[in-house]
Amino acid sequence: QEAKAATNGALVDYPTARLANVKDLKPNEPLPIAYPDADAPGVLLKLGKAVEGGVGPEGDIVGFTTVCPHKGFPLAYNAESKTMNCPGHYSVFDCEAGGQQTWGQATQNLPQYMLRVDDKGDIYAEGVDELLYGRLSNVL
Amino acid sequence: MAYKRNVDRLPIIPADAKQHNVTCHYCIVGCGYKAYTWPVNKQGGTAPDQNAMGVDLSKQQPADSDAWYSPSMYNVVKQDGRDVNLVIKPDKDCVVNSGLGSVRGARIAENRRSDKTGTQQQRLEEPMIWRYGTWQPTSWADALDLVARVTARVIDKDNENDLFVSMFDHGGSAGGYENTWGTGKLYFGSMKVKHCRIHNRPAYNSEVHSTRDMGVDELNYNYEDYELTDTIFLIGANPLETQTNLFLNHMIPGIRNGAKVIVVDPRHTVTINAANIEAGKDNVLHLQINSGSDLALFNTLFTYIADQGWVDKEFIANSTFQGDVAQALDEGHPAALGGFDMARAECKMSLTDGAKICGVSEEDIKKAAEWIAKPKDDGSRRKCVTAYEKGIIWGNDNYRTIGALVNIGLATGNIGREGGGVCRLGGHQEGYMRPSDAHVGRPAPYIDQLLIAGQGKVHHIWANDHYKTTLNASAFKREYNRRTNMVKEAMDARAGATREELVEAIVAAIEAGGLFSVNVDIIHSQIGQAAHVILPAVESGEMNLTSMNGERRMRLVEKYMDGPGSAQPDCMIAAGIAQNLERVLREQGRNEYADQFKGYDWKSEEDAFMDGYHANTGKIVTYDRLRDMGNNGVQEPVVDFKDGKLVGTKRLYEDGKFTRHGREDKKALFCAGAWRGLQAPGKAAQRDNYRFLVNNGRSNINWQNWFLDKNNDFVADRFPYPFIQINPSDMAEFGLNPGDLVEIYNDVGATQAMVYPEPTARKNETFMLFGAPSGTQGNIVNAGVNELILPNYKQTWANIRKISDAPASVRGLSFKSFDYVAS
Repeated sequence: QEAKAATNGALVDYPTARLANVKDLKPNEPLPIAYPDADAPGVLLKLGKAVEGGVGPEGDIVGFTTVCPHKGFPLAYNAESKTMNCPGHYSVFDCEAGGQQTWGQATQNLPQYMLRVDDKGDIYAEGVDELLYGRLSNVL
Repeated sequence: MAYKRNVDRLPIIPADAKQHNVTCHYCIVGCGYKAYTWPVNKQGGTAPDQNAMGVDLSKQQPADSDAWYSPSMYNVVKQDGRDVNLVIKPDKDCVVNSGLGSVRGARIAENRRSDKTGTQQQRLEEPMIWRYGTWQPTSWADALDLVARVTARVIDKDNENDLFVSMFDHGGSAGGYENTWGTGKLYFGSMKVKHCRIHNRPAYNSEVHSTRDMGVDELNYNYEDYELTDTIFLIGANPLETQTNLFLNHMIPGIRNGAKVIVVDPRHTVTINAANIEAGKDNVLHLQINSGSDLALFNTLFTYIADQGWVDKEFIANSTFQGDVAQALDEGHPAALGGFDMARAECKMSLTDGAKICGVSEEDIKKAAEWIAKPKDDGSRRKCVTAYEKGIIWGNDNYRTIGALVNIGLATGNIGREGGGVCRLGGHQEGYMRPSDAHVGRPAPYIDQLLIAGQGKVHHIWANDHYKTTLNASAFKREYNRRTNMVKEAMDARAGATREELVEAIVAAIEAGGLFSVNVDIIHSQIGQAAHVILPAVESGEMNLTSMNGERRMRLVEKYMDGPGSAQPDCMIAAGIAQNLERVLREQGRNEYADQFKGYDWKSEEDAFMDGYHANTGKIVTYDRLRDMGNNGVQEPVVDFKDGKLVGTKRLYEDGKFTRHGREDKKALFCAGAWRGLQAPGKAAQRDNYRFLVNNGRSNINWQNWFLDKNNDFVADRFPYPFIQINPSDMAEFGLNPGDLVEIYNDVGATQAMVYPEPTARKNETFMLFGAPSGTQGNIVNAGVNELILPNYKQTWANIRKISDAPASVRGLSFKSFDYVAS
């Protein structure tokens, strides 16, 4: 029998990962997580109003990488403005606007997770919408 | 919706990819990048020996990694006719940016023309002629023949005044020594065209006449001086946005070394915010002056510093003019120039008067004077580096204001010394090499007003878009459309005619008041919509191109891809026009005149470089030598070639001899320019009759690259329309919400913009993005210019009315503060 090579997909195969349960989230408090692997830090946020890419009963749960897509510095969440801010070069990303770079040096908006919430309230990540800093494939 | 690329992996640069030196061509800083190209059917691997970075790419890379590139740094382009992968990423070894990429430069690859990814499909590919009611593609021979025949009808050996020329004079982008020489040789060598202007202003002149007249070239320092100084003094400049990596890679290290920061600006900016964060508020002084009062501030500082005895007496004695007046005030010199004491007497302004005019406290002016000039406890000089840009260049009383600032640098001995310098920050890179422009005269003719007044018969335009960037733009567009339409109608009426008949028809329309417009550009610009002949040019990366940055650092950008279609370097297009003019003139028996158009037998841009830069600067610099110097290049003036390396000049005037004015004594002059209110005609009246100051300028994301970014999804998604920042209480008064569209109108025109709330904006003071494709700020800038035809964009006042709720395209936008806040 002839050996058959596996066919490569056009997309990276993202892991489906349970990140938390909706009960774990407190309004406007970032919950540190990692996705798609332990070397890729991020946060889940419950913003209190339906926003772009938001899931959950209120459509207000979003997740973003916390590695700045400019030079890879760790972003910090500012609860007052609901933005992710970069101490490296002063970039600001708006968590209520799909991670749009409000101002800054990055040439992409902030990578956001594609999330799903199941009947039990478990929050799963199933993909990322931009290339993550520091890797030429989102799944290593 | 925030724009997302949904790219989850990129091709890996193989170890054997071709490498090319690239200097970012957008802004003056000129960050170093490397372009990697390799065949489309190949890819590198994650193992260190399989990729150009030599690292294990199966692992997450750390911050500041040299082994990562974003999707915006990747594309597929043509190289020697074949598709190749292209990555352009920041060069860690370049001293300018040390691996930092800006939001503009790190998108160079994405903004290359690609048939595969569909980017920059707007690029012009073939020459076009207005035919059958639209633009039709044609050959270079056909297009250049028509240009030459019509042009030859309006010029003569002794009078070329009916040919108007708008031509870039900068480096980077499509400029550079090759192309300024090509166009310069044509219009200032073969011809002596007097009616010309530069890409960003309505005349052919310097933006900084006074500093040059005083003997001080405007780019005299080394970027390293920001790291070595005690005080960074910024005026009318916002370098975090518009010279990003100069700020991040040189000013920030200086601030972290303890430098204090003074910013003179009517507006709060991200630069001030970042300085506050890094230096602490006690070490940052924002002098938020009344718009246009800079001269009063500088004269007050000069007076106070001199009164305190904080001047460098030895420097003044040895390096500046001893006596009263060296250059009297006249039509070409809006202030007298001469000795320190004469200038001090003329510029005298008390703290009380200065504070009142500027709207800042006497205490703050004193503090600024101390930070700039008060000698240290051991008596040694306080180092201060002074940098200015459009806030005063395009502001009130250009000549005197810049002169007054240079006065402070000279009085304190802070020019030509480590940690010093009084420099403009700049827009484009530089790359100027042309025959003398002395025939243009001074003041230079105000070209846009002459065109409005019906002068000029043929207009050659090189990468200028008056429609987007000139002042008095409403009137200009109206009249330019009318005059060029007369020629279009004449051409339409003779569809199918012979070349001779067509030229006669065009000339008849010209004689009736029409204007024949030839547009050389890389895209079909807004003024290009009025053109009759369109000639496609290539830009940086599609040709070999040399320029210098804001510290005079000269680099060669190596050609790494093909230009679109049959597009050519501007220098070669200029050569083509010259050769066709020679041919046509000879046909007409005008042999003596035809002879003037010899000397363009260039086979490539390198020939133009050797004919221009090399031949006129000591015959030291060649492409090979520059290529060897890599992305660090050499700082001009280049003085030698030694041990296989070009030898340059780290900073100007270290010997205390000032030469920019050409005076034999090499002594710098002080400027005796007293304060005299708003100088340009019509400004004071506009201020008194309209409510809102419409300050204007650039933003990080589209500064110097909006012509390419018009259709870039990442950029257009952020600002689909130009914003106007307004104080929230002013917004409430007018019932405005974020994203609403407003009309901004005054005595000279109207334009529109998208409302962006800005709590730090003072009431009645707005800031509007300049140079937008939709919403020309210049529509509301009046025709009044400073002496020597320096446009005054910044002092503009207008009223505002709402015209639309936020359109669907802006509803998902972030309208939050630009300011980073430390958590």
